[in-house]
Amino acid sequence: MAEKQQGTFTVKAGLAEMLKGGVIMDVTTPEQAVIAERAGAVAVMALERVPADIRAAGGVARMASPRIVKSIMEAVSIPVMAKVRIGHFVEAQVLESLEVDYIDESEVLTPADDQYHIDKWGFNVPFVCGARDLGEALRRIAEGAAMIRTKGEPGTGNVVEAVRHLRQVNAQIRLVVATPDAELADLAKELRAPLDLVRRVKELGRLPVVNFSAGGVASPADAALMMQLGADGIFVGSGIFKSSNPDAMARAVVRATLHYNDPKIVADVSEDIGESMPGIEMATLSPADRMQDRGI
Amino acid sequence: MRIGVLAIQGDVREHLQHVASAGAQAASVRTVSELAQVQGLIIPGGESTTIGMLMQEEGLIEAIQKRVAEEAFPVYGTCAGLILLAKEVIGKSPARLGLMDIVADRNAYGRQVASFEAPLTIAGIPGETFLAVFIRAPQITKLGPDVTPLAYHQGQVVMAQQGSLLVSSFHPEMTPDIRVHQYFINKVAQPIVRNATGAS
Repeated sequence: MAEKQQGTFTVKAGLAEMLKGGVIMDVTTPEQAVIAERAGAVAVMALERVPADIRAAGGVARMASPRIVKSIMEAVSIPVMAKVRIGHFVEAQVLESLEVDYIDESEVLTPADDQYHIDKWGFNVPFVCGARDLGEALRRIAEGAAMIRTKGEPGTGNVVEAVRHLRQVNAQIRLVVATPDAELADLAKELRAPLDLVRRVKELGRLPVVNFSAGGVASPADAALMMQLGADGIFVGSGIFKSSNPDAMARAVVRATLHYNDPKIVADVSEDIGESMPGIEMATLSPADRMQDRGI
Repeated sequence: MRIGVLAIQGDVREHLQHVASAGAQAASVRTVSELAQVQGLIIPGGESTTIGMLMQEEGLIEAIQKRVAEEAFPVYGTCAGLILLAKEVIGKSPARLGLMDIVADRNAYGRQVASFEAPLTIAGIPGETFLAVFIRAPQITKLGPDVTPLAYHQGQVVMAQQGSLLVSSFHPEMTPDIRVHQYFINKVAQPIVRNATGAS
């Protein structure tokens, strides 16, 4: 056996396991990163703009400037993630050279390739990818993703899509578990997912990697809702720093995520935390505004 | 015997499964009253800052310190758990137990790209080498006179024991091998529990 092996799938998926039960927060400055860390976030996502502002700004959204990413890495001791455009493997090479702890190949940014995702097996740094259903999740894992997040609809402060996607993944997992072995190949074809991964899902009764919920969590009760629906943890994008009191909101979301089964505590932490971000009703989004339909 | 896994955040499920496979009763511990019902505790891997802060808010830091002082309560800390048990920490220090006479250097092995797996020989665990998984792991840079090193990687101590306290820089719950959990349950916790019941 080799003396020391780096970048193995165990090591990549392992960091995600360590984040379970926690909250990962989008931050755009070192000051925000420190607020997130002090509130008890298990990791931060370094960005140039939060999704709500990306939505408002329009145009092409790209990887954050290395200067922003580096300044956030220097400010906190918790893991730092950063986003690259779908298929933009050079942005990923750049972030790997900065030694970020996780790369999010994200539909929040404008896709760079409308056919292929990044071949994530070639990297030492682990990747997290978004998914709306089981087939999408397993295709990303087949490409080397070591962590999944259900997509939701980023930057809306509306939890409805996050709920839809997590319920969809869970329903399809139940279907896989109930399907006889002889019919799995056909189901795999229907899901457009590799058969070996579908078999693995049946064996485990869950995804083979950690699955966080993202895209719309804007209150402590939203976070507890996603945890009760079976998420391993929570990504909060715009929900913290677009609220009226980010400090209090960050602390409350962390505590609601930990005590998600205790409505008294969720009630308690929801007091005096200011206003959640203003939300967007899904029906008002045009098809072009829907980030979740990118990179499927 | 009932062994608790601190269930605030981190890879709790994997530890619970290993404890059960190793033949003990496994229980999640989130509160002081749940702590009172277990005869030993594992602090899992996770983010030490987050776990320490929430342990403090729950009153678990004092409660664990008290049991260790009064009854040599067995505690095993993996990775984040090692940092929480260390008397001294280099780098930003989370709220912690500070019970074991070691100095821990947080994330001393580097960021995630430097995370690795490697086979180890562990004192007290005979047979094949143990495949250890190190994830943004801390290093033990100093050991007090009462601390026994149990395993080394490239000359660095990566597992150690002081009486009822056990720590490892690596994650034994990340592979199917349950021998480190068996060691904690049978060689660390069992003798203490047996002594306590024998004396009463």
